[in-house]
Amino acid sequence: METRRPLEGLKIIDFTWLISGPIACKFMADYGAEVIKVESNSIPDNIRLTTPFKDNIAGVNRSAMFANYNSSKYSLSLNLNHPKGLEIAKRLVAWADVVVESFRPGMMKYWGLDYEELRKIKSDIIMLSMTMQGQTGPFNRQPGVGTHLQALAGITHLTGWPDREPAGTPIPYPDFISPWYIVVATMAALDYRHRTGQGLYINISQLETSLHFMAPSLLDYMVNGRIQSRRGNQHPYAAPHGVYRCRGDERWCAIAIFTDDEWRSFCEAIGRPSWTKESKFATFLNRKGNESELNRLVEEWTLTHTAEEVMDLLQAVGVAAGVVQNGQDILECDSQLQHRHHFWVFEHPETGRHVTEVAPYRLSRTPGEPRWAAPCLGEHNDYVCTQILGMSDEEFVELLADGVFE
Amino acid sequence: MKQTTEEDIQESSVRVNSILAPYRVLDLTDAKGFLCGKILGDLGADVIKIEKPGGDPDRNIGPFYHDIADPEKSLYWFAYNTSKRSITLNIETADGKEIFKRLVKKADFVLESFPLGYLTKLNLDYPVLSELNPCIIVTSITSFGQSGPYRDYKSSDLVASAMGGLVYICGDADRPPVRISAEQAYLHASVHAAGGSLIAHYYRELTGLGQHVDVSVEEAMVWTTMYTVPYWYTAQRLFPRSGNLQTRYGSTYRLMFPCKDGYISARAYTGLTFGPWQTRLVKAMAGEGMADDLIDIDWEALSFEGQPKEEIDHWEELMLNYFMKHTKAELHEKARQYEFALFPSNTPRDIVEYRQLAERDFWVEIEHPELADTLRYPGDVFKSEPALGRMMFRTPLIGEHNEEIYRGELGFSKSELVILKEANVI
Repeated sequence: METRRPLEGLKIIDFTWLISGPIACKFMADYGAEVIKVESNSIPDNIRLTTPFKDNIAGVNRSAMFANYNSSKYSLSLNLNHPKGLEIAKRLVAWADVVVESFRPGMMKYWGLDYEELRKIKSDIIMLSMTMQGQTGPFNRQPGVGTHLQALAGITHLTGWPDREPAGTPIPYPDFISPWYIVVATMAALDYRHRTGQGLYINISQLETSLHFMAPSLLDYMVNGRIQSRRGNQHPYAAPHGVYRCRGDERWCAIAIFTDDEWRSFCEAIGRPSWTKESKFATFLNRKGNESELNRLVEEWTLTHTAEEVMDLLQAVGVAAGVVQNGQDILECDSQLQHRHHFWVFEHPETGRHVTEVAPYRLSRTPGEPRWAAPCLGEHNDYVCTQILGMSDEEFVELLADGVFE
Repeated sequence: MKQTTEEDIQESSVRVNSILAPYRVLDLTDAKGFLCGKILGDLGADVIKIEKPGGDPDRNIGPFYHDIADPEKSLYWFAYNTSKRSITLNIETADGKEIFKRLVKKADFVLESFPLGYLTKLNLDYPVLSELNPCIIVTSITSFGQSGPYRDYKSSDLVASAMGGLVYICGDADRPPVRISAEQAYLHASVHAAGGSLIAHYYRELTGLGQHVDVSVEEAMVWTTMYTVPYWYTAQRLFPRSGNLQTRYGSTYRLMFPCKDGYISARAYTGLTFGPWQTRLVKAMAGEGMADDLIDIDWEALSFEGQPKEEIDHWEELMLNYFMKHTKAELHEKARQYEFALFPSNTPRDIVEYRQLAERDFWVEIEHPELADTLRYPGDVFKSEPALGRMMFRTPLIGEHNEEIYRGELGFSKSELVILKEANVI
């Protein structure tokens, strides 16, 4: 393993806020890019104001989710509505390789920071804009958050029980799809610039990235006219396939059996070898046909064991089974995630102890873990101005007095 | 609407100008990695899908074209294997190994998702391949990663979603937790795999050195759980599943409402940032005389915290009355006009008919001569200026490009190809 990070030397201005854009820029920051996150004191990144907070005490530097999505970044608080604030933004553009933003369409143009203007400052700049529904089209400016957008993308309709209202996920799920695409787009654009010397403007719609995660159901409609619907935990070609209650309060284990071999191993492992000979369960079609009875019987067995016992016992015989892990399980008990060092804990002088995650890939040659905790608002104003932009201390203090960093 | 015909595929300029045009990807993945190669291919890379003789077993994932279960008609396969060529190759045979190694020498990326140890057993793992080609980037997508106590555990979409934490928070409180009823875990892992591969590529462009990218499906799913870990470590609380209700700020509120012809996703909002949405929704309601006393509330000055249940119930009752008067489409149009946060709970049909997508030219029509049909697909996710996306092209038939690659590129004769086929190498 080398000490150099793969994206060392890459310079990114991160104008994004909330979840999607910040996570994408965090991944690149963890992998070594210099990322300057631009916010303002009057309008900080809204995720800073979102619960839960460290020790349940609200504060712009105490949000756990902000801490997770902004490690390894520099924070600059910049008033873009102040002429000198705008000037600093433009000087940063001249320094940067990439500008990422997620404002409503039109905001960057309002400030004179749209792609056409950025190109005048730096001809080969790469700019990415990510919004809910893209820069164009009749709904481009409709506001909202991912929690609602998942409904537009059909995810809500496909989550929950067939005999109940759709449940959806309780989170802005599309915000956990689009950042992965932003990383791809940025890296691909950088390769293009490296080869051709040309910059690029890429715009991404969260809705459109989410629809790729629903593509088979869309094709099923377009080709077969079928409208797929939610089906609890049923799977078209697996049985038993479900989440089964185990011993304890709210303890569950997921089990997924696809083949006859797995079915036999399962029945032997749980001490019910006779099930494989009972005609109602002997074949896949019969297991499917008698699925509710099968699920009930499986649960009679899981109820007598802990979720961990069920997982261990079944995995030992090659059956896919996994504890339905909660926050404590994931953070404290999952030895695989610990082995991969998925979570990093930082002690920040002001914000205290916070947890941040790392991207789900490891590169064998180059490290890519979080380098420092998510910054306090404006923590690096001085550093960015004097060290990166080369301002004199006098100029910085003057700007400070002028309210440029408010 | 954009159309891709067979001629487009032949049109080499399309490829030369697109973003990842110079790079070749050997794609050995099953469903865990399909989308990774598709993303690189749609961006212009030359992606060669290497399938077992007879075809990749995951061609059997449904649904199928006209419900005909056939490995050449899987809509799941179609969805995630556009812009790839296909060759068949048995890398377990000595000849197959040699051919694979020849291909690796000229490739830029190898994508694989075999069970751990499979490629090592065949003497084709990263250390071996990197000796043949020090620049090669090998990206492995596995359920839990390349090492660690769960490395050999079996998984599936449900199991990965459960262990990653998404299942725990989804579903109604009085029933078992659920997964999303459309496969998600492998898609997350695949897009991450594309990102990780390109980060490694960035480094390779600077140094000439390749590396091994190790992607974990479980870890990818942990990245979809948002509140789960923060709730635990800040206050030792477990974020509960509560269907389409949510309990935060000490109050329970709805995330979804029924309307005249289905459901819509909306909620009551307060506060400086999101309060204006509520103000505008209430304005829309008032326009039809349905806002009652909500019109008198200063939503931006209000905080959700400490609101009595009766108060929230009162807001939601008036909102519900308004929503029940309208269809999803009418409400969505109101939300567009008045600029508040409300989206219809779309079925696949609603999505296909949604005019925003049509106006953005999102759908792509791809000709399938083998079916004598033209199918519509979700299109480019990257809209660029200048436009550099490549026309997405049809998913390949099993071994469709054997001739092209084996004869045209590797120089095998026609009779050698017959022998390799008989020997079950290709």
